[in-house]
Amino acid sequence: MTDAVLEIRNISKSFGALKASNNVSLTLRAGEIHALIGPNGAGKSTLIKQIAGNLRPDEGTVWFEGKNVTALNTVARARLGLGRTFQISSLAMDYTVLQNAVLGALGKRGKVFRFFSPVMKDKKLLAAANAALAQVGLEEFAHYRTSDLSHGQRRQLEVAVALTLAPKVFLMDEPMAGLGGEGSQRLMGFLDTLRQQAPILLVEHDMDAVFALADRISVLVYGSIIATGTADEIRNNPEVRAAYLGEEDAE
Amino acid sequence: MQREQLINATTLLALLAVPLWAWYVDEPFTITLATKVAIFALAGVGLNLALGLGGLVSFGHAAFFGIGGYAMGILASHAQTYTPLASWPFLLEGTKSMPVIWLVAMVMSGLAALAVGALSLRTTGVYFIMITLAFGQMFFYFAISWPAYGGEDGLSIYVRNGFPGLNTLDPIQFFMLCYVLLAVVLFFFARLAKSPFGMALNAARQNDERVQTVGITPYRLRLVAFVISGAVTGLAGALFADLNRFVSPTMLSWQTSGEIMVFIILGGVGRLYGPVIGAGLFIMLEHFLGGLSEFWHVYLGVLLLLVVLFARGGLIGLLAGKEVAHD
Repeated sequence: MTDAVLEIRNISKSFGALKASNNVSLTLRAGEIHALIGPNGAGKSTLIKQIAGNLRPDEGTVWFEGKNVTALNTVARARLGLGRTFQISSLAMDYTVLQNAVLGALGKRGKVFRFFSPVMKDKKLLAAANAALAQVGLEEFAHYRTSDLSHGQRRQLEVAVALTLAPKVFLMDEPMAGLGGEGSQRLMGFLDTLRQQAPILLVEHDMDAVFALADRISVLVYGSIIATGTADEIRNNPEVRAAYLGEEDAE
Repeated sequence: MQREQLINATTLLALLAVPLWAWYVDEPFTITLATKVAIFALAGVGLNLALGLGGLVSFGHAAFFGIGGYAMGILASHAQTYTPLASWPFLLEGTKSMPVIWLVAMVMSGLAALAVGALSLRTTGVYFIMITLAFGQMFFYFAISWPAYGGEDGLSIYVRNGFPGLNTLDPIQFFMLCYVLLAVVLFFFARLAKSPFGMALNAARQNDERVQTVGITPYRLRLVAFVISGAVTGLAGALFADLNRFVSPTMLSWQTSGEIMVFIILGGVGRLYGPVIGAGLFIMLEHFLGGLSEFWHVYLGVLLLLVVLFARGGLIGLLAGKEVAHD
């Protein structure tokens, strides 16, 4: 338990009669990719929101680097080092790609209440932003308007903005969605090395990616985690096969 | 971008050239009209920081305009009757000095904006519009029912306040004061829009969640923007009161809030010089159409509809084309 960077303990969250999270516990250790999978409606998004701070759990606690952050909001958690990417891209659409990355670098640096110096001429912020864009392969698109990007490119930009925050944990909600084969491969290679920088909690629908990348996988069904283990353990877990992977084997 | 800068420069020059020409041919009324444009433009530029850059549709900015006006009226009325505002705990006297009045106007309207903003900014969208309108109306009715400073009748000031080294009763000199203030504010707001603060504020308008995710609290950005916005609109209010040598609750009415908003919509929401062009157009319409019919607002309404339906970027948008993303 001591090496867990992020830990959630016995989280429960209900919406009326629906138990979206039912006594969920999960750890993310340094250097690992921990994938969270589950059928649609299993409560993955609800769980992510509770980790990021958008939702307060009814019961249970969220721990970040040994600190109880359950009562902190999204901004405070981001400042502590939680780097998040969204399932549906959440970017400043009127800004250029570079401006979005600079915004991230600005958030990391702080000192937002400066009213006179031009932010887009700040060499340090630009360097951090450009480095992040280069890491995800968006440097050629730096001066594109974000709303002109394809869905896949917006995904990449989300990851780049998270990188500018130099977070201690990445929280990625379906980063591969809409990327296409080649882009998907490229991002997989990138995430593979990124885990050294900071561990990743990965929500992903692309099973090939999950089984290739993840050190551990947790399976969420109807708000409960039914199994946690390595790719092989999950593949051979009868409960998981029945609840989730079973449909593929039925043929 | 280049084209918009050209339009901006032309606008600023035209606003200077017209009264200078009027001064040359001795047409003081035209100078007064230009002064009105400069003052309304300043009020609009103030509101546009909140509305255009911050996405905060405040329907209560007349309150700050009026507080600026009353700051001038109260200080000057005490000065002209030689009665102090307060004698305890320390002697507080009125003043006829414009720089002092401007400072007081900005501080008072800024403080009012802080109070209104701190509460209103907890809401968004249509609720924000409604709550700012409600606060605006509160200030309006307070002014009406406060007999010490004229109540419904307002306050008259017999002589325009003074500025060191200038004769402010000379229309062209008073115009130059207003014009320079407008130019200074435009300069600072141009810098502000590109500053870290401006960038984050603009980002929060586009996507609140994104700004939170990078660890910045949108509420604080908006509150500071709202205070600066209110203070600049308050400064315009003090100038407007000095132009007319008269303050009345009309300055605080919701119609005034609407008019300031109309300057922005006509000129272009979020464009720095939008309110300058908008105020110019508004005054011209009022002058020329108002001369034809007292129901000239009908034509203003039609024009507004056309702008909203076909030229969302206002007049500047129409002339300069769609705003392009640039770093």
